[in-house]
Amino acid sequence: MILFIYDKTFEGLLTAVFHAYSRRTFPDRLLAEGEPLPLFYDEVVTIHTEEDKCDRVWKGLQKRLAALSLSVLTVAWLSEQEGVDLLLFRYIRKALDTPQSIELNFGDPDVLEVSKVWKKVSNERLRVMQFLRFQKAADGTFFAAVAPIYNVLPLVIPYLQDRFADQTWLIYDLKREYGYYYDQKEVTEVRFETKEAHLLSGLLSESLMDKDEKLFQQMWKEYFKSIAIKERLNPRLHRQHMPARFWKYMAEKQ
Amino acid sequence: MDESVLEKLKILAESAKYDVSCASSGTSRSHKSGMVGSAAGWGICHSFAEDGRCISLLKIMLTNYCMYDCAYCINRRSNDLRRATLSVSELVSLTIEFYRRNYIEGLFLSSGVVRSPDYTMERLVRAIKDLRLIHHFNGYIHMKSIPGASQELVNEAGLYADRLSVNIEIPNEKSLQVLAPEKDFNSVFTPMRYIQQGVLQSAEERKRFRHAPRFAPAGQSTQMIVGATADTDKDILYLSSALYQRPTMKRVYYSGFIPVNSYDNRLPALKQPPLVRENRLYQADWLLRFYQFKVDEIVNDAYPELDLEIDPKLSWALRHTEAFPVDINKADYEMLLRIPGIGVKSAKLIVVSRRYARLGASQLKKMGVVMKKAQYFITCHELPMQTVNEMSPEAVRRLLTQKSKKTTDDRQLIIQFQDQ
Repeated sequence: MILFIYDKTFEGLLTAVFHAYSRRTFPDRLLAEGEPLPLFYDEVVTIHTEEDKCDRVWKGLQKRLAALSLSVLTVAWLSEQEGVDLLLFRYIRKALDTPQSIELNFGDPDVLEVSKVWKKVSNERLRVMQFLRFQKAADGTFFAAVAPIYNVLPLVIPYLQDRFADQTWLIYDLKREYGYYYDQKEVTEVRFETKEAHLLSGLLSESLMDKDEKLFQQMWKEYFKSIAIKERLNPRLHRQHMPARFWKYMAEKQ
Repeated sequence: MDESVLEKLKILAESAKYDVSCASSGTSRSHKSGMVGSAAGWGICHSFAEDGRCISLLKIMLTNYCMYDCAYCINRRSNDLRRATLSVSELVSLTIEFYRRNYIEGLFLSSGVVRSPDYTMERLVRAIKDLRLIHHFNGYIHMKSIPGASQELVNEAGLYADRLSVNIEIPNEKSLQVLAPEKDFNSVFTPMRYIQQGVLQSAEERKRFRHAPRFAPAGQSTQMIVGATADTDKDILYLSSALYQRPTMKRVYYSGFIPVNSYDNRLPALKQPPLVRENRLYQADWLLRFYQFKVDEIVNDAYPELDLEIDPKLSWALRHTEAFPVDINKADYEMLLRIPGIGVKSAKLIVVSRRYARLGASQLKKMGVVMKKAQYFITCHELPMQTVNEMSPEAVRRLLTQKSKKTTDDRQLIIQFQDQ
């Protein structure tokens, strides 16, 4: 068994592809630095991420795959799922080795699996776009916290930037402990050293809220209650469309 | 903003909730500087009410006072319920503040008819005009066009709204006259025609002048109540199909009748709304719009009602066994769509992937084909030939409608105690 050890970044993965081709040996497992090695193996290769090698692989992929498929790869990477790196490795290898394009060959298990992972991440992105709730703070910043299962925040930014272009906002990922801040000009990634209460619970305390915020939340809650038709109540469907893991941060479900 | 608006919001949302449409699709607009918001072309549902229906727009009435006395409507003038009217500034601030918090995609504005259709329509148009021009709201606006309103007002509304709609409610003119004596088909279809004319005219103008104003870019929709009258599914679907032939009709909604005025004996007394029938109608509607079915294939004189037990596509397949089995690796896209268990997505996946290699049952399953249904209607790389033709439609139907009545766990040892 051949093991590749790399730094668990997308660039690192592409560098690993480069080294695999230059050595003509392909890994059976991809490990992170510091991860315990399995009991039996033949060879361990440590990959150091190098920008020029990563670029060469990416350029090679650009020749073989359409822009859409490349974005499928990067989006699937954001799933951060166990084993997604090896799956992408196999996909990239197939894309480079097969003379004709493999992008639409959904009979191939790897191609189908990549598109399924992509679909899962895109769905999570959509859910964040749907269920993200801004709370207006006293200084006029709109604050929203989410805890998505995949790392979809970077994918949501274009939507937020387009829609809420004329307001200052901060969106924060509670799980991965980072966020994006928009100052009506540009978006910057932010991390906080000290975690205040709202960076842990996701909800602004009343002292931090804008004076009308409470009222609007209450109005939205009442609206949410009144719009449901009692004769058609369907808790299962409700839960299916709006997964319970989002409820914690939504005004109407408080 | 104060507490009184909260009360009004409750009353007016209660009154508006029976309108089914909450779609925010059909218009794509990116942000413009100095304006609030954008419109996403595919629409986004920002919440789901406890009945499982999507909340995409702030669905609200400007007022729930109404001079009409339609038997099926909760807001009829003879009903004793709390009435309220929103001022334009209250409406604007609600919409924009909700929008800024990502609660909604935009506004769905309707109204009870006060004084005259034109008077009401004018107030609605003024509200959305203010929202667009003074408050620079760039989100989605769906406005109800009031039956009987004049063409000038409809034309003005189309400039500010993304979608306009007029509800048919009752699919048959005679029943409509019984239930809503103040309305007739003419008062419904005339504004529909105005909207269509406006859209087509603006499309024509935009070909010549790039900056000609857009008119209701997301087209129009309508709604029919199901189960309030004796109309069959055939009547309903023939009407929808005729409406879809028109160039601007994007959606027809079906609303299972909820007896809101149970004292009115012109209406049937139902224990619960006909939800299964409503679902089957939506499935048939999808067959019309996305599966290239003709309406007379779904319902006709021999089968005027949809089968409540099985979906309309399966029902068609069981009536037309001569068309099956279909070879997955050879059949064209149109035929793939007609196989029960294969939807638009899996049909497209099949069409692109079978160029590389012949597909087998396990691959189909992974692609998302519902093999439980599809297995009786297809042949593929290796599937055994136990199709609907070998088995008979009745047997397939029985297999597919069987409810698993397994209440006991077979891993559990059952000890039978004899009664003494």
